[in-house]
Amino acid sequence: MSISGKAYIAGAYEHPTRKADNTSVAQLHAEVAYGALQDAGLTKDDVDGYFCTGAAPGLGPLNMADYLGLTKLRHLDSTDVGGSSYVLHVGHALEAIALGQCNVALVTLAGRPRAEAMATGTAPRSWGVNVPDDPFEIPYGRTVANAYALCAMRHMYEFGTTSEQLAWIKVAASHHAQWNEHAMLRKVVTVEDVVNSPMISDPLHRLDCCVISDGGGALIITRPEIAKSLKRPLVKIKGHGEATKNQNAGYTDLTYSGARFSGPRAFEEAGVRPADIQYASIYDSFTITVLIQLEDLGFCEKGQGGKFVADGNLISGTGKLPFNTDGGGLCNNHPANRGGMTKVIEAVRQLRGEAHPKVQVPGCTLALAHGTGGLLGTRHGSATVILERE
Amino acid sequence: MATPASNRQLPAIQVDPTNKPYFDAAREGRLLIGLCKDTNKHFWYPRGCSPFTLSNNVELVEAKGTGTIYTYTVMRTKEPYCVAYVELDEGVRVFTNIVDCDLDSLKIGQKVKVVFKPTQGDSPPATMFTPA
Repeated sequence: MSISGKAYIAGAYEHPTRKADNTSVAQLHAEVAYGALQDAGLTKDDVDGYFCTGAAPGLGPLNMADYLGLTKLRHLDSTDVGGSSYVLHVGHALEAIALGQCNVALVTLAGRPRAEAMATGTAPRSWGVNVPDDPFEIPYGRTVANAYALCAMRHMYEFGTTSEQLAWIKVAASHHAQWNEHAMLRKVVTVEDVVNSPMISDPLHRLDCCVISDGGGALIITRPEIAKSLKRPLVKIKGHGEATKNQNAGYTDLTYSGARFSGPRAFEEAGVRPADIQYASIYDSFTITVLIQLEDLGFCEKGQGGKFVADGNLISGTGKLPFNTDGGGLCNNHPANRGGMTKVIEAVRQLRGEAHPKVQVPGCTLALAHGTGGLLGTRHGSATVILERE
Repeated sequence: MATPASNRQLPAIQVDPTNKPYFDAAREGRLLIGLCKDTNKHFWYPRGCSPFTLSNNVELVEAKGTGTIYTYTVMRTKEPYCVAYVELDEGVRVFTNIVDCDLDSLKIGQKVKVVFKPTQGDSPPATMFTPA
């Protein structure tokens, strides 16, 4: 049974803040939920499905439903696969709505890593208690940055990828961010700026890394007939795929990501090919994240990502594959260290024709949003959605 | 320009009953790896089940302690250190650090051998590698 098209994204909202000093995480959830409901033209009492992750306070849906005053919930999902969760939630909401488990699903993300001065990328960090891999990784100073750098180093070794090619990904993101008044980094940068920025974890420089930001975002996903009764442009969920990728019992191969599995699943359900995609939101925790995912999603051959991204190929209006036209995690926003939400939101903007005019893809009817959550170099979740303007 | 590996202080290791034999051997300077007795295949990291069959028909066997660098990165922090995956001669790739060397001289494919480095308090040592 195909569930392609059985739900629509009717509301999307990105919190404008990037540093939330004088508020709480729960209140940020409330503000993004309200924003997305206002965008859709619905109210909180229309919500009967709620999605969040372990980044939400307390026991996720329990504490949040209480704070938000959600009293009509009959479907809950707190699947947490890091930053890819919110792309995955779009797929899970599609499944739940297609099965009649709920009519209006609300997905929220919020966090304050910047206000809390968290050393997000460069300090060793465990993600829980009783984690079986921790004794074999935490003593070795595993950080977010070095777990991605390991992949970049191997990619360079196997395929001849260069720092300059990786830098083009940041350059493209910065070209887009200059038009986003909320973006953290609005200055257009050059390849030289990137490769001359301080080395963080070889071969990744400071400008190969995403921003650390506060804030969040929310989505409203509904049944087709509800979406059609609202005033907003129709954004149909056409396909979804999810996967995990890990160390494979010690036979880990760092040249590819879980997108190799989630991408084809989404394309198959949607009945389209990578060449059909007019706009792509690609998870950009680091430049190398983008490059490996583009290969695995089928936008170019494995090993050819460096050539594919070079010379502005990801810049809207110039390149063949406009990506992350909000500036992405690299320049705009990576709220709560989780970028999947903003990936979906910018894809919705593009399909509605509501991206900034300087970066809007003309006649954009087919878009992809993809997330990687966790660590590319150890274990991660992967989620892909394909969205269509109707 | 050389970057000597720092001797940063290592945190205590959280030992549980399923990995204690591995860390007991590490205290004696021996490197063990998992063996699935259903398939006769090695695995990493050590655990109480086989990641190939999920049965508990597993044991720890001694590895030669030599291998090559599969990939690495140098964290350019105040105390620089090298994180790497080392492919052991037995085939499994181990998340580790490369130590006691010039961090700017390392190469993928380079031969390395195991060394054990003390961690905090009574905690067992960490399993690291140095150029062979």
